[in-house]
Amino acid sequence: MMTTATTSKLFTQVQSLFQASGGFASIRQQAVESLENQGFPVAKAEEYKFTNLSKKLENGLTNASFAEPFSIDQATVDAHIFADFDGDVLVFTNGSWNKELSKVTQDYSVEVISEDGLLGAISKPGKDAFADLNTAAFQEAIKISVAKGKVIEKPVLLIHFNQANEGQIVMPRLLVQVDEIAQVTLLEYAVCLDEEVYFSNALTEVKVAAGSYVKFFRLQNQSSKAILMDTMETDIHRDAVFTSVKISLAADMIRNNLTLNLLDSGCEGNMYGLYLLNGKTHVDNHTNVDHTMPHAVSNELYKGILTDSSRGVFNGKIFVRQDAQKTNAFQQNNNILLSENAIINTKPQLEIWADDVKCSHGCTTGQLDEEALFYLQARGLDKTQAKGMLLYAFAGEVLEFISDEPFKAHITNLVMERLGTQF
Amino acid sequence: MLSIKNLHASIDGNEILRGINLEVKAGEVHAIMGPNGSGKSTLASVLAGREEYEITEGEVVFQDKDLLDMAPEDRAREGVFLAFQYPVEIPGVSTTNFLRTAVNQVREYRGLEPLDAVKFLALMKEKMKLVEIDQKLLSRSLNEGFSGGEKKRNEIFQMAMLEPTLSILDETDSGLDIDALRIVSNGVNQLKSDKTATIVVTHYQRLLDYIVPDYVHVLYKGRIVKSGSKELALELEEKGYDWIKEEVESASV
Repeated sequence: MMTTATTSKLFTQVQSLFQASGGFASIRQQAVESLENQGFPVAKAEEYKFTNLSKKLENGLTNASFAEPFSIDQATVDAHIFADFDGDVLVFTNGSWNKELSKVTQDYSVEVISEDGLLGAISKPGKDAFADLNTAAFQEAIKISVAKGKVIEKPVLLIHFNQANEGQIVMPRLLVQVDEIAQVTLLEYAVCLDEEVYFSNALTEVKVAAGSYVKFFRLQNQSSKAILMDTMETDIHRDAVFTSVKISLAADMIRNNLTLNLLDSGCEGNMYGLYLLNGKTHVDNHTNVDHTMPHAVSNELYKGILTDSSRGVFNGKIFVRQDAQKTNAFQQNNNILLSENAIINTKPQLEIWADDVKCSHGCTTGQLDEEALFYLQARGLDKTQAKGMLLYAFAGEVLEFISDEPFKAHITNLVMERLGTQF
Repeated sequence: MLSIKNLHASIDGNEILRGINLEVKAGEVHAIMGPNGSGKSTLASVLAGREEYEITEGEVVFQDKDLLDMAPEDRAREGVFLAFQYPVEIPGVSTTNFLRTAVNQVREYRGLEPLDAVKFLALMKEKMKLVEIDQKLLSRSLNEGFSGGEKKRNEIFQMAMLEPTLSILDETDSGLDIDALRIVSNGVNQLKSDKTATIVVTHYQRLLDYIVPDYVHVLYKGRIVKSGSKELALELEEKGYDWIKEEVESASV
């Protein structure tokens, strides 16, 4: 007997969260229909074959309800802002924007939206079950808008405070619209105030209009019980540049889906990632860059250091469509495994339909370079220091892309601490 | 300072060193020469503590301590320095950064105060002159994209910074043009004192025109088969190694 999508356990668990009415009824309906037809990925699903998120959630979502927005004080917010930060702060609790505690001092707007044609137009329903789940069920959609020609000098920090009972869910939904020749740098991380099993299923859509310049630097550093699904899809228009840096340090299971649509000529999309995994942490980065027009550039570098029984997955898709002549697309994934039990599954996936392009991809997986280790020891560094130095150097290449210096320093400290104590 | 007695070492079950005996005193320069594959670099590696070699017999005493019993980093801290034949490229680690850690580790071991950034930089500037190395090079990733000459100069620069008692130069001359050779040798000579010693491992006599040895030893099949003064190096240059090989073979028959 065939099991239909709607009878799967996970579908039944989350079904009551779907919302049908309101300004987003149309995309919500499409998302629900897609979920009804296709369901959540089963163990053998190609896109999730190394990351059985459905099973993890079936067991983890013991109380598949939304964790509701909660009140928080300024001191708690301040305590979670890293040193030397200079910029605006947007505070969210369980996915809901807290306007009072947010600090918007520059020339852009933040609002809760009840209808907007752009929402669901960048990340269209029907492509991924968890993105569909977000679209079908999100409680609040927040939009950040930067108007044409505006240069937001100081970074905007998004802090998601999550507080969930065991087995609960949060579904942040964010839309960022940066109009022509504007510029902004966004920083983002979540702080979980409880250390219970919970599921965050976030979806962020970004529009980078012609000639604009957007950087998005994000950190994932949560408790070893957190289950995180993070989808970001970005439309990049003519001559625009978008850069994503994602640093994954701790959680139970993380799946990141990042899609960049290079929609016009002269645009550039950059994807950088670092994952430092220990214990039983499982991190899966799926990236997808779609070159549709000529003379666009994409750069991608993901690096991982894995120890204990951790597991990493990297899957990088590059599509170069027939019209996308003169494309430059580069992809690299490098991994260091420090224990016998750590696993990495890495897969580059290139589909090239144009004939005049420069594309390269490569992946390496290895242990620490023994010769380099000996060299440093022969200069007087003890083995632990030498290891830490080599690993930090390996990771540092990705950190260099974080152009906000205080945020880079903050993450660098976290990385060094990890390399000093855990490896 | 250094006393090597009946040293045997092997790698993957193949014996490379078959009973080395060598005495090095403070103030001396010893050249170790020999044909390819004679064990010259193995000797240098074993003294620095490379782990893939197994010591099967013999002892090495350095300043009254058992050298073979020490980890590579402790040998360095005790004052043994190996200038690598093939300096390693390490992306993401600058010479300046790692050397500051190294210098302070060594200083701590020797009971000295760590150098702060200002003092470290002053020391660097002083030592940079010795080997005519540019500061920009030192702030780049270690040896990455360096020319052969730059790598070897960087080795001698590190030696100058770490102020070793015993320096072992493993084929430091290979791949150097005459100008680079002069610069490197000049650096080594300026670091010599009556309290330090140098072991120069080389295949060619040319280097010994610049770093003049007190003793020359010929290594062949894992043993020192001939020792002499610097004239021996000139003789080897002129006649090659074949006559030594013949001497050894006929003696063993």
